Amino acid sequence: MRGSGSVLKVLALGVITLAITLLGLLVCTFVIGRIMPIDPVVAAVGDKASAETYAAAREALGLDRPLYVQFWRYVAGVVQGDLGLSTASGRSVAEDIGRAFPATVELATLAILVGTMLGVPLGVYAAHKRNRWPDHLIRITSLIGYSIPIFWLGLIALLVFYAELGWVSGPGRIGTVYRYTLQEWSGFLLIDTLRAGDTGAFRSAFSHLILPATLLGYVSLAYIARMTRGFMIDELSKEYVTTARIKGASEARVLWLHALPNVMVPLVTVIALSFGHLLEGAVLTETVFAWPGIGLYITSSLFTADMPAVLGGTLVVGVCFVALNKLAELLYPLLDPRTRAT
Amino acid sequence: MKPKHLLMSACAAAFITGTAFAQTPSGVLVVAKNIDDIVSLDPAQAYEFTGGEVVSNIYSRLIQINPSDFSKLDPDLAESWTVSADGKSIVFKLRANAKFSSGNPVRPEDVIFSFRRVVLLKKPPSFILAQLGWNVDTIDRMVRKTGDNEVTLTIADNLSPAFALNAIAARPGGIVDEKAAMANAKDNDLGNAWVSRNSAGSGPFVLRNWRPNEVVVLEANPSYYAGTPKTRQIVLNHVTEPTTQRLMIEKGDIDIARNLGPDQIDALKGKTGVKVETHPGATIHFFSFNVKHEKFRNPALWEAMRYLVDYDGIADKLMRGQFKVHQTFWPAGFAGAVTDRPYTLDVAKAKDVLAKGNIPAGLAIDMDIINQAPFPEIAQSMQATFAQAGIKLNLFPATTAQVITKYRARTHEAMLLYWGPDFMDPHSNAKAFAYNTDNSDGNYQSTTTWRNSYMPPAAISAQTTAALAERDPEKRLEMYRVLQRHVLKESPWVTTFQAQWQYAIRDNVKGFVHGPFADYVRYDKVTK
Repeated sequence: MRGSGSVLKVLALGVITLAITLLGLLVCTFVIGRIMPIDPVVAAVGDKASAETYAAAREALGLDRPLYVQFWRYVAGVVQGDLGLSTASGRSVAEDIGRAFPATVELATLAILVGTMLGVPLGVYAAHKRNRWPDHLIRITSLIGYSIPIFWLGLIALLVFYAELGWVSGPGRIGTVYRYTLQEWSGFLLIDTLRAGDTGAFRSAFSHLILPATLLGYVSLAYIARMTRGFMIDELSKEYVTTARIKGASEARVLWLHALPNVMVPLVTVIALSFGHLLEGAVLTETVFAWPGIGLYITSSLFTADMPAVLGGTLVVGVCFVALNKLAELLYPLLDPRTRAT
Repeated sequence: MKPKHLLMSACAAAFITGTAFAQTPSGVLVVAKNIDDIVSLDPAQAYEFTGGEVVSNIYSRLIQINPSDFSKLDPDLAESWTVSADGKSIVFKLRANAKFSSGNPVRPEDVIFSFRRVVLLKKPPSFILAQLGWNVDTIDRMVRKTGDNEVTLTIADNLSPAFALNAIAARPGGIVDEKAAMANAKDNDLGNAWVSRNSAGSGPFVLRNWRPNEVVVLEANPSYYAGTPKTRQIVLNHVTEPTTQRLMIEKGDIDIARNLGPDQIDALKGKTGVKVETHPGATIHFFSFNVKHEKFRNPALWEAMRYLVDYDGIADKLMRGQFKVHQTFWPAGFAGAVTDRPYTLDVAKAKDVLAKGNIPAGLAIDMDIINQAPFPEIAQSMQATFAQAGIKLNLFPATTAQVITKYRARTHEAMLLYWGPDFMDPHSNAKAFAYNTDNSDGNYQSTTTWRNSYMPPAAISAQTTAALAERDPEKRLEMYRVLQRHVLKESPWVTTFQAQWQYAIRDNVKGFVHGPFADYVRYDKVTK
């Protein structure tokens, strides 16, 4: 009983922490939205609306009420699962996010797979070849990924792989020919096309996804490889590694089976945070590739002071960040037995 | 990885993904365009560029402006119309065969319902019809059914019938299927929420899908009275980045690229399979001073500013075909437009005017600008030429919404902006640039005069009102010419350019009509 009580206590604490985090997030976003020098009514009715139309829209949007009332009404709606209506388009924010978010998740998931599957081995190898030319090469590659604006990189990638070589399809999520024949089920086009058994549509969706995902993956790779290298260099200097080498373990065994598992805890945190950043929305990538994701949605909404949309998007991203952090924490005991005791 | 493996991987990737598709499907026109400005697709509410374009392709009106000659009106749902002898009413005879996409016939009741809901809903474009004297109290007696297929519209006193016809031909004049709208009405909204996202029109297309910031799909309306359009589907894809649009049209993944800058246009000239088209737009660009500030009240400053813009340099070198020099408030190509351009860059003349006007040296001006092309480029050019006359121009770039918020509150010093007429009648711009009879803070007006705290001479405002009432068409146009020439020389703003629409189109696409503004972008004659 004591054990189950303890679990309940941990769960309750987790829920309370989550609620406070999200409330804080909403308060900050709401306040920022209100101090921005943009009138949301003008954004909704345009600059030529008459004074009468303006007043009617202000009232309809609830902006004539005190700020705390507006905020309270919004939070009360969120608690009941209602993210409100967009002030710009009058559409359901939940519905709009429900469409934009899967697009970002699909992109971010493939990107983080690319980033992790390449970034971790490169980081391990760079640590192994520390201060020799492979290490320098990997570090320069990482530095480039960090330094070059993704917007420029995206345009160049489109020019080379789409316009010149024709290896991949261009902007958008799927070819026009499939767009309205495909029955969307989950919003994840790779899954939906497979579920529909439409190979052509799957190829088209994959062909549209691969370039932006690889680019974002490259940026994640740069971060993951650098962090992996740092963790590994630290780990390889420890005595148990020297012992393993003295006992005749191969270098591959030392690297992959002894040292790497011991850096998995911080590495998982790094990967989770990278994934979180990708889910936050790669606005510039989404702009270049005409990818209708959450980053583009939040940014466009911010420019028109569409606060229900901004708050809804921020809330979803915030939940993802918290959930990913929690997931990483849950993985620690599986990855490192030493953390189980705590 | 060995080079051999790298090559194999590339081949495998190409096989898995397939190669890029080289053409759009037949019967489908794919357009790349920024569509993030759509707020609603209800003709009683749509007021933005893309929304207006979509609505104009879904909803027929009683009459339409002729796309080739903007001074003429064409029949649409009304096969004929007659203005009464006293000019106070107009009788419209409806077409017998017109049907909505729902299959319902177009009735006089639908016309009355459509105009009535524009007035009652009070959405942004409602002021266009309100100018006819239509309001909640008058609409029922001023818009009436007077026969089985006949509607009579009464207009307020002191209005020219020509003005009334132009207003009726504008976007909020789109005729809505009363039965379909009311079947989906809720909370007394006259179907507004539903019509905002669905079709209830009798135009050439019906709305199949609108996903904000993603896509709008229109489908040919088989019930269209003038015959089903040959292109069965129009897809407006949301692509914001001009370079991306350029690459897509080069590859043939889209048929028309609508938001290209001068660099992309230059790059596409001479490319196989792609044509670049240029059409005059209705938007004029200007910069203005808020005369609420004492330092901007001296007319000598207004005159000097007119000599401190490198008109030709900006039009020819920066905008390269996307702007042409235009210095009056009514755009060239429209009836009554004055195309005089007395001002060129003349720093010496400007200095002379400033000196004679006792303008103190070292004047500093804060100018708000929209942080998107072409505004920063134009502003920087102005900054350089103003500096030559000893005037310091401080630029404050911000988003459109921020700039407009400030403009509306009249808290700016100077603005670099644009203005598009709301409908095809010179009064639309004359009211904005040559009329203001109440400059008080509480009397908000969306006009350029009020927003710059400027009251033209009483005679000029009176002339604007008189032109609105003038029944002789040529005399009326002459009155607007007088107003344009006055504002050209005596106002705290400088009109500089008229925008030109430039877009790239695949050379197999025929019949696309790009009029001067959103109401006149038409897809019904497109073939490919």
